[in-house]
Amino acid sequence: MWNGDYLFLLENLIVKDFKIRYRNMSLGVFWSLLNPLVLMGVLTFVFVKVMPNNNVPNFPIFVLCGLVPFNFFSIAWNNGTLSVANNAGLIKRIPVPREIVPIASVLSTTIHLAIQIALLLLFVVAFGRGVNWHWLWLPLMWVLEIVFVCGLVLATSALDVYLRDMRYIVESACTVLFWLVPIFYTLDIVPREYVTVYEFNPLAAMILGLRRILIDGVSPNGDAGLVYKLAFTSTVTFILGLSLYSRLKNKFFDYL
Amino acid sequence: MTVIEFKNVSKGFHRAVGQRLLRHYLEDLLGKSDPDSFHALRNVNFAINDGESVAIIGANGAGKSTLLSLVTRLAPPSSGEVIINGRVAALLELGAGFHPDLTGRENIRLNASLLGFSRKQAGDLYESIVDFSELHDFIDEPLRTYSNGMMLRLAFAVAVNLDPQILIIDEVLAVGDQQFQAKCMDKIYEIRNQGRTILCVSHALGILQTLCTRALWLDHGQLIMDGPVAEVLHAYEGRALHAPSE
Repeated sequence: MWNGDYLFLLENLIVKDFKIRYRNMSLGVFWSLLNPLVLMGVLTFVFVKVMPNNNVPNFPIFVLCGLVPFNFFSIAWNNGTLSVANNAGLIKRIPVPREIVPIASVLSTTIHLAIQIALLLLFVVAFGRGVNWHWLWLPLMWVLEIVFVCGLVLATSALDVYLRDMRYIVESACTVLFWLVPIFYTLDIVPREYVTVYEFNPLAAMILGLRRILIDGVSPNGDAGLVYKLAFTSTVTFILGLSLYSRLKNKFFDYL
Repeated sequence: MTVIEFKNVSKGFHRAVGQRLLRHYLEDLLGKSDPDSFHALRNVNFAINDGESVAIIGANGAGKSTLLSLVTRLAPPSSGEVIINGRVAALLELGAGFHPDLTGRENIRLNASLLGFSRKQAGDLYESIVDFSELHDFIDEPLRTYSNGMMLRLAFAVAVNLDPQILIIDEVLAVGDQQFQAKCMDKIYEIRNQGRTILCVSHALGILQTLCTRALWLDHGQLIMDGPVAEVLHAYEGRALHAPSE
């Protein structure tokens, strides 16, 4: 039916989201840096000064390795969930391939992610952790996290059309995940029986892998095969999200 | 060649459909809300051939817009079959993909990609779109600074330059001032004379009479008359006179 140019459309939708988000901010991309920097400062203060209970060296970059993937995850998931309902005008009036709307929403957040990754790498180098060969894993791992978020967003944005409470469920899930993902603690203090659950959570696997590469200077895989687990869960999530979306998209017109 | 075919098509909507919260689903489970549905279209059958220009008439709420949303495949039929061959350019609502914070230039690019232009086509057609809209001086201003008429000019310019096989016009013939309206009509006639299929919804019966050769008359979701435009319009006007409340 719609036989246009997918890449051109995707590019335009991403640029649109990005321009709208930043054109109305006087400080522009500075806001992308502010949130992780403030949280890094606060968490460092709490866990180094107020309750110095574990001996994690380089706590600021340790916690930043957790905050950057989490921040992207939560912004992309929340905005993505709203994307279909917010673009009702477009979905009800122009016969575009409907999958492209939530995917463009996630991809437009990657511009914000790129700025935060640059900040993270800058801090890592400033803390005296040099560049190593394992950095070559980084692009693949980020792509896998983006694929994972796309899968989640496809599912929740479609469900949000039928059930407008979905957005609040996603918001709450993000708050819960902040504690259940090792952002400010290490995997060592997690009880053994839960470790596998952590490793199969793409967000946790991402954070653990980042720390291995950037702080420990070793391969992200280790004994646990973190990247393989990340790839597995992300792909499965994406396929499930996409099939749910294509099942639900036909009736968007009636429910929007 | 048949480009649009409706076989026994019905389209129903639940009255309660629209924004739904968890509460509504719980009420459904408890049997509180009534699943009362109404039919926007009932057992509609017709076929349109390549190159025909067809008017769709009927009172408000007769199902005209629903019919167009089925032709563009934005909505699936509840029962029956809709067969479409060819690329549809809908002027269902002009400027549907426009964003007020983007400039005219950015909106042209965005809208072009939404309507299915490739990067190259969009680039090639950019000048002719701006020329047609006559908005050269404002093209780098954000759309929110445009007047309503200026925005419609831009949207119309994008849509008619797509070179569609099936052009759908839904009550958008009144674009801009008289001079621009005349220009839009010329463009629509040009598209028609190239042998394109046109579907036109309007209450401006005079325009329909000259633009179209055939008319479909919808009443409460049913196709009650299908024939040469003069006959159908005559019957429609006669009925409108006898039943002024409708």
